[in-house]
Amino acid sequence: MSSAAVGSAGVESKWHGRLGLALLLAPAILWLGALIVLPHADLAVLSLRERIGPRHYVPSVAQYRTFFTEPLYWHVFVRTAVMSVIATLLTLILAFPIAWIIAKLARGRASSLLFIVCLIPFWVSETVRTLGWMILLRESGVLPTLLVKLGITSVPIELLYHDATILVGLVYTSLLFMLIPLVSSLESLDNSLIEAAYDLGAGGFTTLRTIVIPHAAPGITAGCIVVFMLTLGNYLTPTLLGGKSSQWFTEQIYNQFITRFNWEQGAALGFLLLGLSTSLVIIGLRLAGQRFGDVMRRT
Amino acid sequence: MIPSLPRPRWLRTVTAAYLAAFLAFLFLPLIVVAVFAFNDAPYPAPPWRGFTWDWFLGNAGSGRVGLFKDADLLGSIWTSLVVAAWVTVLSVLIGICNAFLIERKNFAGKQMLSLLMLAPLVIPGVILGISILAFASRVAEFVDDTFGWDWEYLRPGLPLVVLGQFSYIATLSTLTISARLRRFDRTLEEAALNLGAGKPAVLRTIVLPYLRPALIGSAAISFLMSFADFNTTLMLVGAQAPLTVEMYGRMREGATPVLNAVSLFLMLASAVLALGLMRGGSRNKGTSAG
Repeated sequence: MSSAAVGSAGVESKWHGRLGLALLLAPAILWLGALIVLPHADLAVLSLRERIGPRHYVPSVAQYRTFFTEPLYWHVFVRTAVMSVIATLLTLILAFPIAWIIAKLARGRASSLLFIVCLIPFWVSETVRTLGWMILLRESGVLPTLLVKLGITSVPIELLYHDATILVGLVYTSLLFMLIPLVSSLESLDNSLIEAAYDLGAGGFTTLRTIVIPHAAPGITAGCIVVFMLTLGNYLTPTLLGGKSSQWFTEQIYNQFITRFNWEQGAALGFLLLGLSTSLVIIGLRLAGQRFGDVMRRT
Repeated sequence: MIPSLPRPRWLRTVTAAYLAAFLAFLFLPLIVVAVFAFNDAPYPAPPWRGFTWDWFLGNAGSGRVGLFKDADLLGSIWTSLVVAAWVTVLSVLIGICNAFLIERKNFAGKQMLSLLMLAPLVIPGVILGISILAFASRVAEFVDDTFGWDWEYLRPGLPLVVLGQFSYIATLSTLTISARLRRFDRTLEEAALNLGAGKPAVLRTIVLPYLRPALIGSAAISFLMSFADFNTTLMLVGAQAPLTVEMYGRMREGATPVLNAVSLFLMLASAVLALGLMRGGSRNKGTSAG
């Protein structure tokens, strides 16, 4: 009698557990299924077909063939990748000393205050920050005027629309995503290790190479991966600071999809960008010997 | 190197100079934007021609349309606010569900699902945008062909913008809320259950109050990310443009300092939000310690 009651209660709570699990699973599956998995599967199908008449399509790899035969696509693709790598490295070099100052040199309140100050600009949207750079750099802008006043150039020079301008904008916009993982990985480095290295006669560079960088490697990897991805996928900064000469791959995707309404070609270009982004993430993780989940949880 | 080791004088000087240069680099664009919001000239460019409120208050008739009279700009701010509110509510709700799913439940494929939840962060925003655009249009076509229904909200427009932004912001709220739930001391919950509280009561009086800082934090992040989103929004936007898209369009054409005015307004708003969060954060720390 009593064992039967316990049994039915057990069944009931198991059933409750199942129901609870189903209710909790539903939103996640709806989100990932309807907004991530199915749209990407659809995009893949789209990229693998060719239009041969009104509302008539056949499976084909024509879109990808176009990418390989049309030098413009190739050129822009490689250019975007190379510029993104340069921007990532510049961001790392620029942010590392600041992360060091925040994590190791400044103490207590000064350290957290400095960190907060460095993060302030990123509370404002990228649009506003880019507007600032445009006002600073355009021909009639602040810096060219200043250069004339100082007698360095005789006429105002156009500082916008160069590759270097795009890089400045990309680095600026990426700093936050490099600083946060760098600071947190440097903070966890025990100072006594650095002192020990010094006592044993290591110079600054040796200590950096053998102690600091191996310890900070997870933070460096996480920062570089995030920055690279965001740079590769950026649209606003290259198009506004680079103007017509920006030649950024996301711009090609936009043109195919929105301007020319050639969704098949746009989907193929989108997949190529996704492939590039994903493969570089995987290579980055392999190099650092880390797992994707751990890195994302750290940041 | 570190303060406990001797540092040569030149190294200290170089460090200080580098820090100063870095801070100048960080703040110069923002300062320039703020200053030229008040310049008495039709374009945000030097020289300085005196102080004016025109770019905030100017009337449409005077040739200088100020922020508070610019119906398009104000409309786009409102659009952004509505979109951000939707994205925030959806993201926090799904963040709570996912946190309980990952931290409290065990099921086949859990590892895969939690990895899949991180995927939206590594997919470029432009691609999230086009994939949702293409899929929505396919679904719209399908229901039109089979049932003859016209699902207007699957065409580019605000509902799709909300979904597009939500698709990756949900990951951020999931990460924030589940990190907090992971640190929760489950003995508190057991104690309440032992004392006779039902499961809903425990959730309401113990677990949710504990999660509060993470809920507020993820709501703020979601709101801010949605308000600032450009890549995904650009692909999904219809006739009604949110602020970032509106500003982008005007920046390409070379706009008047009214854009500086709206930017300054945004800076002040995010400063208020940041200060509010920090105060809230320190108060929460105080109460949990006390």
